[in-house]
Amino acid sequence: MGPNPKMRKEFFDSTRSSPFPDEVLERVLSLLKSHKDRSAVSLVCKDWYNAESWSRAHVFIGNCYSVSPEIVARRFPRVKSVTLKGKPRFSDFNLVPENWGADVHPWLVVFAAKYPFLEELRLKRMAVSDESLEFLAINFPNFKVLSLLSCDGFSTDGLAAIATHCKNLTQLDIHENGIDDKSGSWLSCFPENFTSLEVLNFANLNTDVNFDALERLVSRCKSLKVLKASKSISLEHLQRLLVCAPQLIELGTGSLMPELTACQYAQLENAFNQLKNLSTLSGLWEASAPYLPVLYPACTNLTFLNLSYAFLQSHELESLLCQCPHLRRLWVLDTVGDKGLEAVGSNCPLLEELRVFPADPFDEEVIHGVTEAGFLAVSYGCRRLHYVLYFCRQMTNAAVATIVQNCPDFTHFRLCIMNPGQPDYVTNEPMDEAFGAVVRTCTKLQRLSVSGLLTDLTFEYIGQYAKNLETLSVAFAGSSDRGMQCMLEGCPKLRKLEIRDCPFGNAALLSGLEKYESMRSLWMSACNVTMNGCRLLAREMPRLNVEVMKDDGSDDSQADKVYVYRSVVGPRRDAPPCVLTLSGL
Amino acid sequence: MSSIPKEHDYIGLSEAPSMEKISDKLSSSSSTLSTEENINSKSSSTSLNLKETELRLGLPGSQSPERKLILPAAGVSLFGKDIDTNSTNGYPLGPLKNLVSGVKRGFSDAIVGSSGKWVFSGSNGSEVDLGKGAILFSPRGDNGNSQKSCVAGPAKKDDVAQSPKPVLEKNSQVAAANENSSAPAAKAQVVGWPPIRSFRKNTMASSLVKNNEDVEGKSGYGCLYVKVSMDGAPYLRKVDLKTYNNYLDLSSALEKMFSCFTIGQCGSHGLRGQDGLTESRLKDILHGSEYVLTYEDKDGDWMLVGDVPWEIEPYVF
Repeated sequence: MGPNPKMRKEFFDSTRSSPFPDEVLERVLSLLKSHKDRSAVSLVCKDWYNAESWSRAHVFIGNCYSVSPEIVARRFPRVKSVTLKGKPRFSDFNLVPENWGADVHPWLVVFAAKYPFLEELRLKRMAVSDESLEFLAINFPNFKVLSLLSCDGFSTDGLAAIATHCKNLTQLDIHENGIDDKSGSWLSCFPENFTSLEVLNFANLNTDVNFDALERLVSRCKSLKVLKASKSISLEHLQRLLVCAPQLIELGTGSLMPELTACQYAQLENAFNQLKNLSTLSGLWEASAPYLPVLYPACTNLTFLNLSYAFLQSHELESLLCQCPHLRRLWVLDTVGDKGLEAVGSNCPLLEELRVFPADPFDEEVIHGVTEAGFLAVSYGCRRLHYVLYFCRQMTNAAVATIVQNCPDFTHFRLCIMNPGQPDYVTNEPMDEAFGAVVRTCTKLQRLSVSGLLTDLTFEYIGQYAKNLETLSVAFAGSSDRGMQCMLEGCPKLRKLEIRDCPFGNAALLSGLEKYESMRSLWMSACNVTMNGCRLLAREMPRLNVEVMKDDGSDDSQADKVYVYRSVVGPRRDAPPCVLTLSGL
Repeated sequence: MSSIPKEHDYIGLSEAPSMEKISDKLSSSSSTLSTEENINSKSSSTSLNLKETELRLGLPGSQSPERKLILPAAGVSLFGKDIDTNSTNGYPLGPLKNLVSGVKRGFSDAIVGSSGKWVFSGSNGSEVDLGKGAILFSPRGDNGNSQKSCVAGPAKKDDVAQSPKPVLEKNSQVAAANENSSAPAAKAQVVGWPPIRSFRKNTMASSLVKNNEDVEGKSGYGCLYVKVSMDGAPYLRKVDLKTYNNYLDLSSALEKMFSCFTIGQCGSHGLRGQDGLTESRLKDILHGSEYVLTYEDKDGDWMLVGDVPWEIEPYVF
């Protein structure tokens, strides 16, 4: 007869739901990297939940107040890497008070106890103090990767602590933070025998670092792949650094202010010539035309060019783009104008991502910048474009419709018409049809930011068509509660909704009652929501945290800024006085 | 309608009938008659009463103070080489200097970012429908109206004279646009809008200041716009001097920009095309001489473009 039936019966009779031993399952699951996949896996059954928990090495927490460090540590005992995000995104634009919260310290304390072998910490919009950085440096001997993006509360002293104590550091990535930049001496704190650095990004800082120390550091760290220098590094310094590190894959230059002799220029050119592996180039502060050609030799393999701090003209951009046939991502300032964007369309057939930042966003009299013409030109030439962030002062419905026809694969469409509530400048109509075209045509759309004069029709379109939309930003738009209702009723995958200065009130807020628990968060500021509306929401949905911040001098009944998010740990206890936590209990 | 001194002769491109229409529309606004004392002072003896013929666009009642503010009043203009302002044939002739610099200096107020009056959108050369409120041009203080009276010469010239429709149309929309663009101080800045991270805002702010300092505070952020007018053209252009690397580039670009005003080009402008005329160089159609580039420097002298090394040129302008 075949296989022993008794044995087989026993095998299948086992009380285990899984036919594999735990070890095998864990091994298989450890190959899963995406945290979304892992979350899905953990829902299959108890065994899989356990196996997944034991095999998870990296945990991603999108809202630090949705869970506590103790719960995280209890569920995932073997974590080596943590990504933690704190404040609502609008804190980037000064809409959130400084002492709002998102302090990383309580997390570090728990991690020191539960994850002493933690290796990586990536923080975004968290409050980080020098004490926390020092604590981190001292308590985690295996610590390797520190990334701070849009954080605040620390100074260069904290960086000094990291440099001093983290013997195994491989990545130090300080990016767009609110740092108290006291001095550049932190960089000299890396011990002379320290050689493990692979990523160093200090572009955020302005004070002069000790260049000799930097040069020695770069020389001895043979594995250095990413170097993003600050403005304080001159061209001459840059040349010396490049000579030490021809293996760089990503480079952020310092200032490109003209100051070289002909001989120095030649040396710099040579240095760039050695960078055969460069795929990312950024920095270029104060880039000036005479010095751009020096970069050319290093551009052949560039896939990401970040010119967003370089005031370039269209012809300068064009000359540079001619050198970069493989460009996939481009960030520029709108000084390049529509003409510069035409050059993008002509020279960058592989382009996937374009971000155009305004050089002078607050001067209303400035008439430079880009228009719909530039965006159109790019769309004709770059059919693979799927990520755009575009700041402009005028736009038309027709142009957007054409753009998405040319590039139907948009996953991220962030259009900012800088004058709030501005209509189509040709027809004087609202921009409803533009965004209607976007959501209808771009079925893969995940992120959308709308602007211009918009009625509820835009949101009807969004609700009806944007089936994959996860993140939506709305400002100065909509006509009535119906607008917000459409968004909440329509977009099944919506996770983050942020709204400011829209005529949405309590009815709109409450229409999402069922929805908010499936979302990460909702932000509403300067809308028509009242305290009573918020209280009602809090009462109906006890697993949501409803927080209100009031503006100075506003009516008692108005809920000026509302932040709603799901949480398994209830209302937070560290809210400052300006944050009212409404509890349904 | 302003008085029309008869001594005026410039190439009667478009000026005649079209300008008349314009001036009709402008008649209600006192700003159209705004004066530039300094302009007049520079006029040569052959000059006309610029005050009255100068077509300006601006807020009703404004005295176009911007003109006075912008120093040096440098600009570029295209003139027929041999200019004789006394000629009655409709073409500007005679020494450049005499060319009533005042009038011609209509161009090239280097744009100062804060000047709200010269709303300028993009550099497309096409006729702009000001009805959209998007673009204002400040036409050269012009003798336009006088054309009709002294236009004479070959038939082609008449065609030319009738050419493009008025693109300068002063109406309330324009005024409104002006209003919006020149009332910045009053408008409060919205917190957190446009949505730009503080880091970027702070970085840009300091870089802007630096750029402004570098270029004697004349440019916004590395742009140096100057108005360019061609003698006889119905409207002016604006160019960003920073987009050119040398005088040759500038000159070619200007040629292209203004080529539609020469005979034989631009059928769309209503000019009768001339077969076989492929020459793109701007020519004084009567005298067959080419245009030259000139500018008015700080001292009010008309200078030939090209003497000063290009690198120094932003400082001259």
